[in-house]
Amino acid sequence: MPALFPTTRRSVVQALGSSDAGERTRAFDTLVAIYWKPLYKHARMTWQRSAEDAEDLTQSFFARMYERESLAGFDSSKAAFRTYLRTLFERHAANESKAAARTKRGGGSIALDFDEAELELAAITDASSPEDLFYREWVRSVFAVALARLREGVSDEQFAIFDAYDLSGDTAISYRDLATRFNLRETTVTNHLSATRRKFRESVLDTLREATATDDEFRAEARALLGLDE
Amino acid sequence: MIPDPMVARLRQVAQQPDLAGTPYTIVREIGRGGMGVVYEATDARLDRPVALKVLAFELSSRAAAARMRDEARTMARLEHPGIVPIHDFGELADGRVFYAMKLVRGSTLRDHTQQPHSRADLLRLFLRICETVAFAHAAGVVHRDLKPENIMVGSFGEVLVMDWGIAASIDSPAGVAGTHGFMSPEQMRGEPADRRADIFALGAILRFIATAGDTRVPRPLAAIIAKAMSADAGQRYGDAAELRADVARYLDALAVSAYRETFPERIGRWTRRNLALVSIVIAYLIMRLVIFFWLHR
Repeated sequence: MPALFPTTRRSVVQALGSSDAGERTRAFDTLVAIYWKPLYKHARMTWQRSAEDAEDLTQSFFARMYERESLAGFDSSKAAFRTYLRTLFERHAANESKAAARTKRGGGSIALDFDEAELELAAITDASSPEDLFYREWVRSVFAVALARLREGVSDEQFAIFDAYDLSGDTAISYRDLATRFNLRETTVTNHLSATRRKFRESVLDTLREATATDDEFRAEARALLGLDE
Repeated sequence: MIPDPMVARLRQVAQQPDLAGTPYTIVREIGRGGMGVVYEATDARLDRPVALKVLAFELSSRAAAARMRDEARTMARLEHPGIVPIHDFGELADGRVFYAMKLVRGSTLRDHTQQPHSRADLLRLFLRICETVAFAHAAGVVHRDLKPENIMVGSFGEVLVMDWGIAASIDSPAGVAGTHGFMSPEQMRGEPADRRADIFALGAILRFIATAGDTRVPRPLAAIIAKAMSADAGQRYGDAAELRADVARYLDALAVSAYRETFPERIGRWTRRNLALVSIVIAYLIMRLVIFFWLHR
């Protein structure tokens, strides 16, 4: 039986400890891409921080993480990496003085689209628990990163077909409609869709592997995200 | 920005099985069961629709794969008009096992009873369920999870018993399996479930059918249900054929084995069974009375 969750990636927790500076930078970028929005929204929704405060906290948190080996204390037997990072963020928020955070702001800050995060916050209407909210936003981030990677990994035509059939929400669209629209044979449309879906799944699993610390955690998250547990 | 509905769709796409190397193309998801997800798919080799059952990710283990294989083999072995034929079995590129079967277009028995049907029509469907279960029992297989959701009524009137996922050999030991409301007391206690557990579930299905349109159940039918669902397995019908025979007798207005009727009830049943003859005799007597009074006025 082949591996159920095959992936070539490794955890950002391990990659951040690499002796290769390039790998460390890539791992840090991935860490930020997956986690900044859930953490920012956590600060905004759970602590009711102002947008400016939450931006400062998010920026200073990742800046500190880059400068120090903050993940060295992570113990995978005690908590999932996602939970550990949130706890670190909460600790950081408690310790960080507003003035210190503002000093950090503007000097070497990471380019993050806080306006987009605010738009997403405005769309949240239900009152979830902080844990549920954080998990939901984390799932959204994992899919967003996986989707962005997919866009780079397939042709424009393949992505456009995937977008029209799987992402648009148009349930009435058929393979035949797409074949007409893209001037392709119907079998080519289904082949493109199959290949793109396969790549998307691989992309999700790769992103999940990077976002988690251990193989067990990765498998548990993959089962929760791709299995029947809703 | 990825809105919630798109997250849900992406999740569904990521869950879809990897059908590379197979002749199947997914059309849509049609259901989720205890073991897996069922998709409507197209078999490109024969250009025909099929139903693909794929093991759920969360259950992807050697033990679960073996159970799925056993289910496919059980269904393949039970060649009967009331059991969906299996076309194919295999392992996907993503490691999950699957099997392909005939796509049944229709509705579950639960949905079917939402439409207006006479009790007699529904009872005739029940007879066919009993025939399928009796066939499985004769082949040494106990279903163990009979319920309205696992019965399909096809658009051509066919009645199919589905989901043999927890079916087992009559002799095999079994843990707690089944669905509350249709699970026998011995199953709930985790004891081995033999064919009498299926008889209990058939009794529960019969009760579901009998009360679908009208909660007032005739005494003979209520007695059949009570006997099939007896808490003591030894008091139930000995097999599905025996249960079927009693329901058929009820439909034909004959005396059922589960109910000792009173004399007026016997007269009433005899009258219903011989309604045409009784009508002719009554009409004849009325005519004789009319002639008698006309002659003696």
